[in-house]
Amino acid sequence: MAPADETMTDPGTPTIIEVSPDDARRVQTPDEPGTNKAHKADKLLKVTGLSTHFFTQEGVVQAVDDVTFDLGYGETLGLVGESGCGKSVTALSIARLVPDPPGRIVSGSIVFDGIDVLKLDGDEMRHLRGKEIGFIFQDPLTSLNPTLTIGYQIAESIRQHMGLSSKAASERVAELLSKVGIPRAKDRLKDYPHQFSGGMRQRVMIAIALACDPKLILADEPTTALDVTIQAQILELIQKLSDEFHTAVLMITHDLGIAAGMCDRVNVMYAGRIVETGTVDELFESPRMPYAWGLLDSLPRLDDVRGDRLRTIEGMPPLLIHPPDACRFEPRCRFSRDICRRDEPELTQRGNPLHLARCWATQPDGWIP
Amino acid sequence: MATVEALRPELARSKPARGLWGDAFARLRKNRLAMVGLIIVIVLFLLAIFGPIVAPYAYQAQDLKAVVANGNRPIHPGDAHHILGTDQLGRDLLSRLMDGARISMSVAIVVQLVVLLIGVPIGAIAGWFGGRIDNLLMRFTDVMYAFPDLLFIILLSVAFRETPFGKAMDGLLVVFVAIGLTIWVTVARLVRGQLLALKETEYVEAARAIGVSDAKIVTRHLLPNGIGPVIVAVTLGIPSAILAESTLAYIGIGVKAPRASWGSLIADGQRLIRSDPHLVLFPGIFIAVALISFTFLGDGLRDALDPKLKGKQ
Repeated sequence: MAPADETMTDPGTPTIIEVSPDDARRVQTPDEPGTNKAHKADKLLKVTGLSTHFFTQEGVVQAVDDVTFDLGYGETLGLVGESGCGKSVTALSIARLVPDPPGRIVSGSIVFDGIDVLKLDGDEMRHLRGKEIGFIFQDPLTSLNPTLTIGYQIAESIRQHMGLSSKAASERVAELLSKVGIPRAKDRLKDYPHQFSGGMRQRVMIAIALACDPKLILADEPTTALDVTIQAQILELIQKLSDEFHTAVLMITHDLGIAAGMCDRVNVMYAGRIVETGTVDELFESPRMPYAWGLLDSLPRLDDVRGDRLRTIEGMPPLLIHPPDACRFEPRCRFSRDICRRDEPELTQRGNPLHLARCWATQPDGWIP
Repeated sequence: MATVEALRPELARSKPARGLWGDAFARLRKNRLAMVGLIIVIVLFLLAIFGPIVAPYAYQAQDLKAVVANGNRPIHPGDAHHILGTDQLGRDLLSRLMDGARISMSVAIVVQLVVLLIGVPIGAIAGWFGGRIDNLLMRFTDVMYAFPDLLFIILLSVAFRETPFGKAMDGLLVVFVAIGLTIWVTVARLVRGQLLALKETEYVEAARAIGVSDAKIVTRHLLPNGIGPVIVAVTLGIPSAILAESTLAYIGIGVKAPRASWGSLIADGQRLIRSDPHLVLFPGIFIAVALISFTFLGDGLRDALDPKLKGKQ
């Protein structure tokens, strides 16, 4: 692990944009495993003013618009919201995997472990992907190549980034497979994806994501394609392994239950923007944005009266071509007033400094105390 | 975890792991017509390799004595020394057919090699990069497609006649390459279409997400997944290549006397078709059997490599 890290922190390759003494020192001394506490104060990932647009024939779709957040070492951050509100595009932007054309990151900065991701060239970016940033995709059934063995597909990133001999690599692959809970791992390296069930394939995807001890895992709806019991197992596995390896996780989900169970902090996204952010406890106990209320209220509850309909948020998220300069949730909001239609609220503090919300009504001088 | 694997390991793995190719071959073996085709194709290739060694005579050897004794007429099949008879010059037809197999099988290989070497890279580059590169390459293939084949082949073989390339393989190489140059277009379009569809798949995105390079994604992830239809197209393209060579030989391009391909044997025998039909019949049978065998094999491969397609077509 140490030699692989040396190549990563080689002063030649990464572009260091932060010049704080902490960072400068970090570049000269290779990272030792277990010394992550040294930059506890620093953040692993800082996304500032990120805007990713898709240039389509109908117009420019502002899929992610001025998104700012950060993520500490070993922290688990949730990104929740409806479909089409920019969660996945945010994750793809961090790994620079947005399909181009039509997509492009038009502004903002992404600083990962002191490296300005947006300034890296193709080779440097490839070096980061898989090695430092692991990705778990939504659908394990289609994310594995049907013509290659499981062993090959896990070893692919190890060979790519760690330069191990093929024997050492296959030992590591077997170790990873058993770590993600696949029995008789050594015998299954030569198997093909169709010989694995959905849950086992997602375990394989997790093994691939963890293959090179990344500092960050981007988990894009990792359990959406799985049934509920397998879902729980997979989430538990992600949680266990991220604790064990001290890996930060950006957990993208539309399931508030998953966010509540796994995350330290949660960002709520709506129409390409972060509309509320806070610790899990704050967000679930005292949400300060009508959209978050709607989301929470739409969860089925154990004490629901039988026969009652599920509660929904009326309407659809807006098209993100030429969004108006107004609160984007206003058309669906029960509490909206004139100001909501005239001006877009800023993300401002609500009590706790970590708790921010984008809403006129719940601001200190707003009409909802 | 109390799975069957933990409790009764011998039950858990009764079936050995089988990849795409093993699977496809197992399906191919169940297809009787395709297996017949495969066996005949193998026999033809063996004939091409060893035929001239086991042939009763050299292809140019003349048994003039027998022809003169026959009243200067070709010897008909059933003769004790010449099973399939001879031509007017006393050359053993069986031996000439065996030598002709060499030409037809090298057509099969060289032409399809040219097709693969040009068609796959061009199709792959066009499909992978898309956009302007795709447009440029596909317009080029359109031009190649629209160019009259026969004219192109004749021009090429005339243009290179005096060069080492034109003289290689008795002047046949240039004809083979020319045939290949006229038919690679189909494979290029096929590969492009495959890549266009496959590059959007999630395992490609997953491979990108672990930092695999473009070249490796194309060669290790995409081509193995898209190569099935290409193999089928190449196998099914062999008959038309053999036919093209025969046609060219018939009009006098390519193989030079005294060597003969199946096509030029028919051309030579045609003058005597009324009195000595065997001179046309046997080469015709050889061509037909070869074409049908490759077609059966190609059909079988298509079913084997794409089980979803089976029975539709």
